[in-house]
Amino acid sequence: MSPQFRLGAPRWSLLGAIVLALTLGGVARGNTAGMTFVSAGVYAPLFTGPEDPDEIPVPSFFIDTQPVTNGDYLTFVQANPQWRRSQVSPIFADESYLKHWAGDLELGRLAPADSPIVHVSWFTARAYARWLGKRLPTTAEWERTAAVGYDGPDGKNDVELSGDIYRWFASPTLAVIPTANNARPNYLGVKGLFGYIWEWVADFSTSMVTGESRGDSGLDRDLFCSAGSVGAKETNDYAAFMRMALRSSLKANNNTSSLGFRCARDAD
Amino acid sequence: MKMPKKHLASTLCAALLGLTTGLTASAAGDAGPTTGRVELPPEIQAMPVVNAELTSPPYVPPAITRDHAARVIVNLEVTEVEGRMADGTTYTFWTYGSTVPGSFIRIREGDVVEFHLNNHPSSKLPHNIDLHAVTGAGGGAASSFTAPGHSSQFTFKALNPGLFVYHCATAPVPMHVSNGMYGLILVEPIGGLPPVDREYYVMQGDFYTQNNYGAPGLQTFDMAKSIDERPTYIVFNGSVGSLVGDNALTAEVGETVRLYFGVGGPNITSSFHVIGEIFDTIYPEAALANPQQNVQTTMVPAGGATVVDFKVDVPGTFILVDHSLSRAFNKGALGMLKVTGESDRVIYSGKEIDSVYLGAQSEAGTTAHKRENELQAKIAAEIKNNPTIANLTKEVQIERGKQVYMQLCFACHMPDGKGLPKVFPGLADSDYLLADNDRAIRVVVKGLTGPIKVNGENFNSAMPAQSQLSDEDVANVVTYILNEWGNDGGSVTVDDVRRVKSESN
Repeated sequence: MSPQFRLGAPRWSLLGAIVLALTLGGVARGNTAGMTFVSAGVYAPLFTGPEDPDEIPVPSFFIDTQPVTNGDYLTFVQANPQWRRSQVSPIFADESYLKHWAGDLELGRLAPADSPIVHVSWFTARAYARWLGKRLPTTAEWERTAAVGYDGPDGKNDVELSGDIYRWFASPTLAVIPTANNARPNYLGVKGLFGYIWEWVADFSTSMVTGESRGDSGLDRDLFCSAGSVGAKETNDYAAFMRMALRSSLKANNNTSSLGFRCARDAD
Repeated sequence: MKMPKKHLASTLCAALLGLTTGLTASAAGDAGPTTGRVELPPEIQAMPVVNAELTSPPYVPPAITRDHAARVIVNLEVTEVEGRMADGTTYTFWTYGSTVPGSFIRIREGDVVEFHLNNHPSSKLPHNIDLHAVTGAGGGAASSFTAPGHSSQFTFKALNPGLFVYHCATAPVPMHVSNGMYGLILVEPIGGLPPVDREYYVMQGDFYTQNNYGAPGLQTFDMAKSIDERPTYIVFNGSVGSLVGDNALTAEVGETVRLYFGVGGPNITSSFHVIGEIFDTIYPEAALANPQQNVQTTMVPAGGATVVDFKVDVPGTFILVDHSLSRAFNKGALGMLKVTGESDRVIYSGKEIDSVYLGAQSEAGTTAHKRENELQAKIAAEIKNNPTIANLTKEVQIERGKQVYMQLCFACHMPDGKGLPKVFPGLADSDYLLADNDRAIRVVVKGLTGPIKVNGENFNSAMPAQSQLSDEDVANVVTYILNEWGNDGGSVTVDDVRRVKSESN
């Protein structure tokens, strides 16, 4: 077991909780129910330049054990009329926002209450998270959560996990996304990271960079043809490439039929 | 130039994300520093506008008759759809125009093309297009990078005539291409190509599935096979038998036939050949200015194409193959051209020469194969309903299962099936084992970790999934342990194993 993935007892303290509350500007709403603690560790970005470190540290954090559902999101728009389908500004969500719902405050048959929410933009997902005193996870946090296997801290060689990931790509998109309640939890107890939806991350638009801009060569261009693997260390992690490609294809007001989110919050 | 909307939006996002302004052009997803609609000079704006007619394989749009350049509008839709890979076998293809290969695009040298790529809302992934006919970085890839449920537009001028491959260039590129994202665009030279009677569109591609060739049901992409370049299928036009039987290409004696043949790949080069024909004229590597005569087999690289013309002089079935023949015989790279009309026994006396290559894919083979399958199904049903044979089958399973057990399971569960107290649960007379046959299968194929109680004793340990075993091995070894050491637990079949394996958890 590599040390960075050792999952010890949560190390936050009462003091830490107070500090956390202070850093959130006194927001007392929300707690860590339905979340799991992920200890500090490292994340190895898929793309790095020659000057970049191979790994970047990731402080400990909490993350939702399940994606946000239609039911959760309905509560949000009930309390926040400005994020309803008919009210939202196109700057924040393009026209397919919540288009699978039957109405502004009505889910309908395509959006079961316990299924993951989709057709939400980065702005709307972020607003939801803030409403609960949470935030969206960073790419590093999300990837670190998803890097564990079903039965162990390293999912790299978990054939069942990769089988489940590729099976999702092999099946056509379902009109109704199933609930992730029954999904197999990973080693951290987190469900539905694969096989249901894609998920927004806070820093989605930096997907192809790690800090340095390479002259006039567009960041996205690194994705295309074999140029897509220049600078990438794990060229045989196709699933990671697909997540990177999806993130960098998006604009912050986009919504798609298979893109939802879950929330995170600082631990200490 | 006023600031394009797209740029504004991306600047806004970038600002909100705390990015430096140096990154904003890239965040917009466009190549180079410029984005937004191109301002075409008046003489180009004055050119006539035509909508490109796109065709599905094996058909080709009609030859271009206009003697001047035009502004051509191309609308291509990207979809992710389940389709037929072989009889009884399906695959989720990623497509341009819902076919593999994608729609055939036909334009003329000098045309200015306004290209729209529309990614269907049901797509899971972003896609783009790199047309080898484009002169410009990425061949359109960066400019056409499109999220699900969105559409992109870019413009290019067709500078060079030729037959060009187009393909998706989104990472991981080999997976996008091997899922079917390729097609051909013909840029006719000024003055056109010599007229022929029939034109067809054929592309070869390699596919990588986790199960073997011919395995039934929906197949899953296999990354390891793809990286090792070990295709399960190598086929023409997206599936085994796409150009066979009723779907064969057709022509009549005396006609000239032109094939636009390309290789999508992503990895395998083709030794393209038509059995029983000689290419009268061939444009090697689709270089339209340099035809050659009388060629038998032509090499077509992955991401390359060729144009071949030949006159059909005699009737018969002419077989299109990749003459690297294991691909034709074992992986599906085979098609047919059926020529009808008067025979000329001076040119050819009779008796087709192609049967040796056909295997189960010839028409006769298909019929015979179907018939054989029916008979096999009948035999299987008879066996199932005959208790004597069923018992014998079970005995065979037990014998085979014993071999698996004695190689693998005995180390922990012990040759006498009694296990080790407190560490490895016994199988002999085990209430846990005998209570649920499906659970027994599940433990073998998926492993079991955590506390269980067997015959009143608590165990808390881990058994790994025995993923190296075939479905048949699993059925046999489970049947063995259900019937050995005095156990009387019935039998399990390969179908049971597959059913358990396909459970979501």
